[in-house]
Amino acid sequence: MSDQIDVHVEHRDAPPPPERKHPNTCPSCGSHYRDDELEAALWVCGQCGHHFPMGARARIDWYADEGTFVEEAADVRSEDPLEFFDLRPYAERLAEAELNTGLGEAAVIGQAAIDGHPVQLAVMDFTFMGGSMGSAVGEKFSRACDSAIERGVPLVSVTSSGGARMQEGILSLMQLPKTVCAVEDLHDAHVPMLTVMAHPTTAGVLASFASLGDVTIAEPGALIAFTGPRVVQQTTREKLPDDFGLAEQNLRFGHIDAIVPRADQRAHLVRLLRLFA
Amino acid sequence: MTERDQELNLRRRLSGLSRLPLLRGARVDGEAQRLERQLERLKADTSDEAIWRSVELARHADRPYTMDYVERLIDDWVELHGDRGRADDGALVTGLGRFGGRTIALIGHQKGRDVKERLDRQFGMAYPEGYVKAMRVMEIAERFGFPVVSLVDTPGAYPGVAAEQHGQGGAIARSQAEMARLTVPTVACIIGEGGSGGAVAIAVADRVLMQENAIYSVITPEGCAAILWRDAGEAKKAAAAFKPDALHCLELGVIDGVVAEPAGGAQTNHDEAAQLLGGALLEALEELEETPGEELRRRRRAKFRGMGVYA
Repeated sequence: MSDQIDVHVEHRDAPPPPERKHPNTCPSCGSHYRDDELEAALWVCGQCGHHFPMGARARIDWYADEGTFVEEAADVRSEDPLEFFDLRPYAERLAEAELNTGLGEAAVIGQAAIDGHPVQLAVMDFTFMGGSMGSAVGEKFSRACDSAIERGVPLVSVTSSGGARMQEGILSLMQLPKTVCAVEDLHDAHVPMLTVMAHPTTAGVLASFASLGDVTIAEPGALIAFTGPRVVQQTTREKLPDDFGLAEQNLRFGHIDAIVPRADQRAHLVRLLRLFA
Repeated sequence: MTERDQELNLRRRLSGLSRLPLLRGARVDGEAQRLERQLERLKADTSDEAIWRSVELARHADRPYTMDYVERLIDDWVELHGDRGRADDGALVTGLGRFGGRTIALIGHQKGRDVKERLDRQFGMAYPEGYVKAMRVMEIAERFGFPVVSLVDTPGAYPGVAAEQHGQGGAIARSQAEMARLTVPTVACIIGEGGSGGAVAIAVADRVLMQENAIYSVITPEGCAAILWRDAGEAKKAAAAFKPDALHCLELGVIDGVVAEPAGGAQTNHDEAAQLLGGALLEALEELEETPGEELRRRRRAKFRGMGVYA
């Protein structure tokens, strides 16, 4: 006879524990985090290295030398040329996004210095309507190219976007050739473009300016795909590889130059800026 | 929309039409009249229905495809196969031929007529290999001064595992970049479905035309409905909301002109459809050939960089 009490019996018919997750749970490893700790770690999980989304302002604060960032085109806003209405009016979604994020659009552009190197920044923010690219984002990116050309300084572009903004219909598709033409002007002027792909960089943004950088780095685990895994699965019923569309797969297939963890990105950019100076 | 709104809308569209350089010539007068008739029809109809009719006609199984136009319009056609790296993509055909007394490079999506051909051509959805092949032919055109004509007819770029692994997004971006660099005249026409990145990849042209019943959109109506309405069955509503028809594209400044189709749609008479398309392509080319290459490129970039509506 065992001298231990068998508790197994008591739990045999117990209902499974409810799926109630702690609000601050890492989606990758399930560990809990404190908000201030996560922020101090640049929104990277201390346990498993999972990269949480990083807002445009926070990213600019992290890359740019203190006090050097001067925002440009801050007043550019989306319009609603189609008077688009799905389950809710587009105009309402825009207003809500601005209220929730404190941003005027899904991209922030401006001048800055990184370790003393003057640069032009164009940083996307996924929290503003999924970082989707409509006319305003296309215009802001184009102006960032022009500003970089005018001052002869490299463009550092950070992408995080689900793709074109459907609510602007065909005009959102036209932001692909628009931003591509802006990058071509940049290339013609021999101004370097360094691209950082954050999670996710997909569809219309990947199929336009994001893919045209001179040097392209990605964050670990970022989804970088023209068509995301869900749609590929639904349309083709193919079995997807485990790392389908992730930065790691993109590196293996030769679509990006390197995967650089967030904490090392600034140093990596500085090295590149020195080389292109 | 109230009747008053609709009327204002139509007036705005008509005034846009009369400003079009393409519609000024005597021969295209007929086209303007045809458009006016269509506008009348729009006025009589609920416009949502007219938009959906365009979606259905653009995808009509008997609609002429790229090779149907090649047969009727191009002499000495020589198809060029393969991207020189990996494969030959049947969803996107490329080649050289004589058109209106000059050699042109032609790039076009190709759907299939029967089940086997549809599968071979992936329903007109190109892999990155297709766009790489297109870029190769654009380079030939640039080197020898051949104008580039592209015919767009795709539901979108192929959404599969291998297409992603071979770099679908990058290929579409670079194909647009290649078109933005050309110094030869370029004319694109949407001849059926102009679906998303897969379409615009070969449509960064000096003149972008659209057949009367073609559609040009950022996503398929079904895809949009699945995302925004969470129900692919709401495709009709989605199409009415994002307005992929030729007249709305013209009104938004996305295309430069509308090419007439035979009454009832291009599927009713392939010969007449080809004749109308050929006339429009030739007129656009002749007009562009007067402009020096560097200037063409500058204007092309300025045109696309001016697209969008923002405050």
